[in-house]
Amino acid sequence: MKESYEKPVILKLQMGLMNKFGASYLKRTRTEIDGVPVNKLIEEFGSPLFVFSEKRLRRKYKEIYNAFATRYPNVQFSWSYKTNYLNAICAILQQEGEIAEGVSEFEYEKARRLGIEGRDIIFNGPYKPSHILEKAIREQAIINIDHFEEIYDLEEIADKLGQKVKVGIRLNMDTGITPQWSRFGFNLETGQALDAVKRIAYSKKLILNGLHCHIGTFILEPRAYAQEVEKMVKFAYQIEDEFGFKIEYLDIGGGFPSQNRLKGIYLPPELAVPSIEEFAEAICDTLLRSLRPNDFPELILETGRVIVDEAGYLISTVHAAKRLPDGTKAYVIDAGVNLLFTSFWYKFNIELDREVQGVFEPCVIYGPLCMNIDVIDEHTQLPPLPRGTRLIISPVGAYNVTQWMQFISYRPFVVLINSEGKIEVIREAETLEDVVRKEKLPARLKLVQ
Amino acid sequence: MDKLARLAISEEGFIFDPVSGNSFTTNKTGLFNLKALKEGKGEEEIVQALTEKYETTKEGAEKDVTDFIEQLRYYRLI
Ligand SMILES: Cc1ncc(COP(=O)(O)O)c(C=O)c1O
Repeated sequence: MKESYEKPVILKLQMGLMNKFGASYLKRTRTEIDGVPVNKLIEEFGSPLFVFSEKRLRRKYKEIYNAFATRYPNVQFSWSYKTNYLNAICAILQQEGEIAEGVSEFEYEKARRLGIEGRDIIFNGPYKPSHILEKAIREQAIINIDHFEEIYDLEEIADKLGQKVKVGIRLNMDTGITPQWSRFGFNLETGQALDAVKRIAYSKKLILNGLHCHIGTFILEPRAYAQEVEKMVKFAYQIEDEFGFKIEYLDIGGGFPSQNRLKGIYLPPELAVPSIEEFAEAICDTLLRSLRPNDFPELILETGRVIVDEAGYLISTVHAAKRLPDGTKAYVIDAGVNLLFTSFWYKFNIELDREVQGVFEPCVIYGPLCMNIDVIDEHTQLPPLPRGTRLIISPVGAYNVTQWMQFISYRPFVVLINSEGKIEVIREAETLEDVVRKEKLPARLKLVQ
Repeated sequence: MDKLARLAISEEGFIFDPVSGNSFTTNKTGLFNLKALKEGKGEEEIVQALTEKYETTKEGAEKDVTDFIEQLRYYRLI
């Protein structure tokens, strides 16, 4: 059988207008995701339902990787587990070439369980208890130190293992943006970071071979990264010249914005969010300008939300429409802040599964929780939605399926539409048994004998 | 055709030109044509291959291939 034909076209992607090709903010109806009808998805798995697009995820990763790999010769992406640690998502990104980045014992163990080798895991974070730190070192993980106590812990472990241990340190610094994430790592400007290096050099138990920094999240200013990189390179050479440690990697963290709309920013993301090319250019140009000839330390990126956010959708259903005392139209849908943690700072794109006739009017969208804070959109314009209308909410791929909570209901199915357009379950819906399994009821309190 | 050789082309139809720094996007038939051009195939061969793989006529494919090459020229990719 021959494949269906379409006229071959090639389009240039404009800086800052890249996402126009998704154009999701301009379109209000969506009957399918990657060719799979919304109705079919809901019939099979119920509402609400998280849907991930493998095609979008892989495409996005490649686009971002290419933006950097075509501008600098030594680039490695490291998947920020907290952004989305569903096994299937991590495995796809690992296939694409990412290593793993975890910030807790749980994330470290989860990556190991999935089959990631210790040497392919970056272990960050302010809380790394000794036992897991020791395990990570035995497994040759890449450790970025957060504070002085951790230096002492690592020295102790090095003694115990009778070997020198390679480590990186996390820095925090002024890159011209607020809020400055100053609570993680060692501060550069005050000399604290230099003190950490001195301590490491002096004790001779650790080998400093990397610098790490993560300046924040949803950063809209490429120049902040240019500053970050410039300061990191300068500090790396100071360390090399004064202490003789060779800095082999510069891990610049994550923080690139996705095509989402932050509350309080009225420009659509097409206009507010710089393209990944602009970030890559600011970072790689600064690197190449600041590095000494023939020195190309590994550039590590822990990019999270921009890779996965747009690959995720939540389909939900209108359960009721009501009128508030002030006349505002309100809808109650079956998904709330329990599932969409990011609704606290994002104004999502909301599409309908059908054309709805009628006058658009201002309305508010509430979740199903019996709580005042459960609002998915405080103010939007919609035509009169009949009960049962599906709302397709996006982008929701980042931080929701990790920060969601089991509060008065079950977490729903998560499915993946694979590159062939087939549906695969990647997390089953919870049941009552799942939720109560860990509970213990003392015998004396049993109600039924 | 050596300009074509330097392009990074993904299976998803994302194209990056490392020299100009420009990015492009193409559809499946566009990708098909690009790969064929990269392999040094001529217009006639490409038209033939298109009609074998896709539901299209020789006349239709001819017009489209010519037009596609015009687009490449416009973007200075050939
Ligand atoms: C250390 C570290 N790396 C990477 C990330 C991922 O950030 P983003 O999703 O903004 O790219 C985070 C997020 O907080 C982080 O703390």
